[in-house]
Amino acid sequence: MNKKSRFPIVYLILITLINYLPIFIVVAFSFNSSKLPTSWEGFSFKWYAKLFENERLIQSLGNSILLGVSSTLLSAAIGTIGAVGLAKTHFRTNKVVSYLAALPLMIPEIILGMVFLAFFSLLSIPLGFVTLLLAHTAFCVPYILMMVSSRLVGMDPNLEEAALDLGASRKRAFWDITMPLVSPAIVSGSILAFAMSFDDVVISVFLSSPHFNTLPIRVYTQLKTGVTPEINALCTLMLVATIMVLGIYYLARRKKEKQ
Amino acid sequence: MIRKKRNPYSLALIPLYVMTVFLIIGPLLYMLLLSFATNLGSGAFSWKLTLENYRKIGDPVYLDTFWKSIKLAFLSTVLITLIGYPFGYWMSRLSKKGKQIMLLLIMIPFGVNSLIRLYGIIILLQSKGILNGVLIGLHLIKEPLKMLYSYPAVLVGMVYALLPFMVLSIYSSAEKVDWTLVEAARDLGATKTRAFATIVLPLTAPGVFSGVVLSFVPTMGLFFIADILGGNKIVLVGSLIQDQMTRGGNWPFSAAIAVILTIITSVLLLSYSHISRLVGQSGEGSGLI
Repeated sequence: MNKKSRFPIVYLILITLINYLPIFIVVAFSFNSSKLPTSWEGFSFKWYAKLFENERLIQSLGNSILLGVSSTLLSAAIGTIGAVGLAKTHFRTNKVVSYLAALPLMIPEIILGMVFLAFFSLLSIPLGFVTLLLAHTAFCVPYILMMVSSRLVGMDPNLEEAALDLGASRKRAFWDITMPLVSPAIVSGSILAFAMSFDDVVISVFLSSPHFNTLPIRVYTQLKTGVTPEINALCTLMLVATIMVLGIYYLARRKKEKQ
Repeated sequence: MIRKKRNPYSLALIPLYVMTVFLIIGPLLYMLLLSFATNLGSGAFSWKLTLENYRKIGDPVYLDTFWKSIKLAFLSTVLITLIGYPFGYWMSRLSKKGKQIMLLLIMIPFGVNSLIRLYGIIILLQSKGILNGVLIGLHLIKEPLKMLYSYPAVLVGMVYALLPFMVLSIYSSAEKVDWTLVEAARDLGATKTRAFATIVLPLTAPGVFSGVVLSFVPTMGLFFIADILGGNKIVLVGSLIQDQMTRGGNWPFSAAIAVILTIITSVLLLSYSHISRLVGQSGEGSGLI
């Protein structure tokens, strides 16, 4: 074999650095005492202090977290129960439904947003938290459904049968055998679902109201009218939070793998 | 018909079925119906059925928007594939630990608001921005270049936003490649290039196709990237739909555009599943979709 070339590693690192460049820039400017992102005027924490005084920004962050958590929980419930149902029943409609339920992943978001706005106004559901929750749940369910379904397919059906034979009730067999086996899939599906909900711009533009704004919508408005540097500080905090969450997730998984 | 023993798990299907009917089938059928309604202006319409909305898409202004969006989507998909393929491929050749670190590095930016990341690009590209500063500092240019609010800026934004999906898609199919095949081919005297072209490329093709679908389809809808990095100059199909739904107030027209976009998307998805079947993979588990 030829000697291993260094080029692949250099390429991977280079592209990763370029990918992170905008984030690094924003993080750097969060410590800039100047209001304008064009010149560096010294190190300062003042935008972090200002961030916590910016009630509207904090409120939209809170809204985004509330929306993300509730749509993730709702879709985790629907997706997990649905995946179990699909795996254990043999209705002819199951195939169609599992295809249709996955559609939000394939249809461009812009169409979903437009369609939900029209449909919710037909049903006269006022725009705000409820419309956002319904829409976000619709596009979060496929992530959970996919992850849990593929886990159930790989599961040994004999395990549950054995539990039943040994006298466990169906309920008991479900909670003691099936749930622990699919829970990693629920967790990774939920992380994905939350990330997608938390960062959604396109669908939320159609469905938010002046009374209920999400963080992406607030930032979008600012980008069009004028950005305040608190946004940079917020970005830095979000980066730290993400690294922490993903770090905990990986550590927990590694610990489990070792067991 | 009465079944002897009802499967208790059929109850578990109820939430999923209800959601599918209420949040997917219902809205999509309504979109189709709405696309034939008559527009009365500012969001109002009547149920007098007409083909007017589809005829309107044929107007040169709107056809041009479709054409430009498809061109942009095509161009960005090509760029994403060219950059993403080597990345996903080489990533799959790393050690287990290296793969985990790379996956983590790809995931982290997803946790940072994508709009704030776009703001980073703005700071980088603006006329008094960092890139111009560096270029002037290196005496490569004298006057700052106008990079923001241009077609290339939008292209950069699209590539930036969608590259991770291509990378993950190619990575997941390259990971499954059986490398003993490649070694066998090499032992039998195939050159490196030849082994790659006859073994690796066909086996990773489904990943490429799924990556293409995942980057081509959203590009036409990501109106906010065109909006923020392109100023008002670049109008995408997505911007058109958004504009007609909010400011223009022509809902039936917007529905008709959405129907056409759905058709384009479906054709792409169908050809994707067709191609991946032709290539001989079982279709499942290859690529991201």
